[in-house]
Amino acid sequence: MEKDLSLGEFIITRLIKASGYSAIVFVTLIFYFLLREGLPTLGEVELGNLFSTRWYPIESYYGILPLISGSLIVTIGAAMVAIPFGVGTAIFIAEIAPRWAREILKPLVELLGGLPSVVLGFLGILVLAPNLRILLDLPTGLTALAGSLLLGAISIPTVVSVAEDALDSVPRSYRDAALALGATRWQTIWRVTLPAARSGVLTAIMLGVGRAIGETMTVMMVTGNAPVLATSLASLFSPVRTMTATIAAEMGEVASGSVHYHTLFFIGMVLFIISLIVNVTASSVVFRQKKRAERVLS
Amino acid sequence: MKIVIENFSLQYQDGTESLRNINLEILPNAVTVLFGPAGGGKSSLLRCLNRLNDLADVQKMAGRILIDGQDIFEPKTDVTALRRKVGMVFARPVVLPMSIRQNLTYGLELAGERRPSKLDEAVKRSLQQAALWEEVHDRLDDPAIALSGGQQQRLCLARSLALQPEIILLDEPTSGLDPISTGKVEASLQELKKDYTIILVPHSVQQAARTADYAAFFLQGELVEYGDGKELFTSPKEKRTEDYITGRFG
Repeated sequence: MEKDLSLGEFIITRLIKASGYSAIVFVTLIFYFLLREGLPTLGEVELGNLFSTRWYPIESYYGILPLISGSLIVTIGAAMVAIPFGVGTAIFIAEIAPRWAREILKPLVELLGGLPSVVLGFLGILVLAPNLRILLDLPTGLTALAGSLLLGAISIPTVVSVAEDALDSVPRSYRDAALALGATRWQTIWRVTLPAARSGVLTAIMLGVGRAIGETMTVMMVTGNAPVLATSLASLFSPVRTMTATIAAEMGEVASGSVHYHTLFFIGMVLFIISLIVNVTASSVVFRQKKRAERVLS
Repeated sequence: MKIVIENFSLQYQDGTESLRNINLEILPNAVTVLFGPAGGGKSSLLRCLNRLNDLADVQKMAGRILIDGQDIFEPKTDVTALRRKVGMVFARPVVLPMSIRQNLTYGLELAGERRPSKLDEAVKRSLQQAALWEEVHDRLDDPAIALSGGQQQRLCLARSLALQPEIILLDEPTSGLDPISTGKVEASLQELKKDYTIILVPHSVQQAARTADYAAFFLQGELVEYGDGKELFTSPKEKRTEDYITGRFG
């Protein structure tokens, strides 16, 4: 009997261990594969060419700067949409909305998070882009701005959902204490609840931004896909092309093992590194905050 | 009369009746103790007095509560001003994650006070009133969280006092404290009652008997008996009060 038990224990612990390690193994393998396919670019394309502003692979121009700038401008735009609206909605749901509204809003927002991005892209092409063109008097509505707005909309559910959980887990005693000191509702939210939930809200923002950087389908559909270097804010109103869209659009037609092929993987590496930086920053911020929060609660 | 409670009833959304037709008049410059077994409605009543119950799931409320003759449930009542006038200390000390000094000036800053001289004065006065000045005056900029539990609770008391309220509500303020700290808090209440109206929900009958100038016995949402503290604890008129304070139930 006892032997059976310990055997069961043994198998289960090993299984859990294996699945835990497999996550690390998979990430390592992905990274290895990316490096293997992407690094040869550095030998095949001159650095001056690689970091130039012209992306035109057929003529052997492999400048990836326009793609990086395209991704950045769309992501920053998306963050500017998603952060205020997302955090605002989370505050509304967690702190202000009456119970019945909360019970409708929360599942609704989570439902929105499950919307396939291609559907949003479709809406973007049919509704958003034409209206933007007319409204802002642009030559085309397929711009970085359209991408930013849609990516913002995609990120909002992530931000709301995580930030709302964080706000909700702030002990009620904090709110009571602030209110009893004569804080108004807004002062309580701004100076007590939000700072107390800071780490969770930051995580929410980082997850939302991460979602925006990695999103492919929508941006490919609505940003116009012109690899032009974004130099100023005015680029928000012209077509851009992101790293993700470039990979998605060109990978299907490229000859395996060619310079173009390796360069696309190199772009993938850059994307991977950017996501990594965002995630590491996020978790280091969160980690630091957590230690402080633990001290407070001890 | 500082506070007049007239035919006050309260019912929560889950159907529990918290308070049933309470009539109570609370005198200034005295410690009024609300005691009784758990679930009797003491805390609910306390949280109505500064309208902290606004955020709870209250289903029905009837009757009136007058503070200085003003009905606090009137729509035109300034709830923030009311809460500054009616300070509250909770069962678990909730110190804000900042320094001792900032904890004390926080409420004043929220109210718009910026002058350092006023703030410093409030810090010193409130700490002295809460019998904490001697222990912390040389480390006001240390994080408040580093204080012991008893000190934290007195800091919370001082934080309420910094706003110069007229009424102080204390909801089992010593439930988590050791006897020495409890004694200090009780002693400062006796000092404070000279200037304030104090309403205390004690965490034991013994504490109720020690501190009460006036005592009100609550049982399942009903006010059973109310009167002079000494009288109530030595010769209660109601059988149920007697049974509770002599330990027959509860």
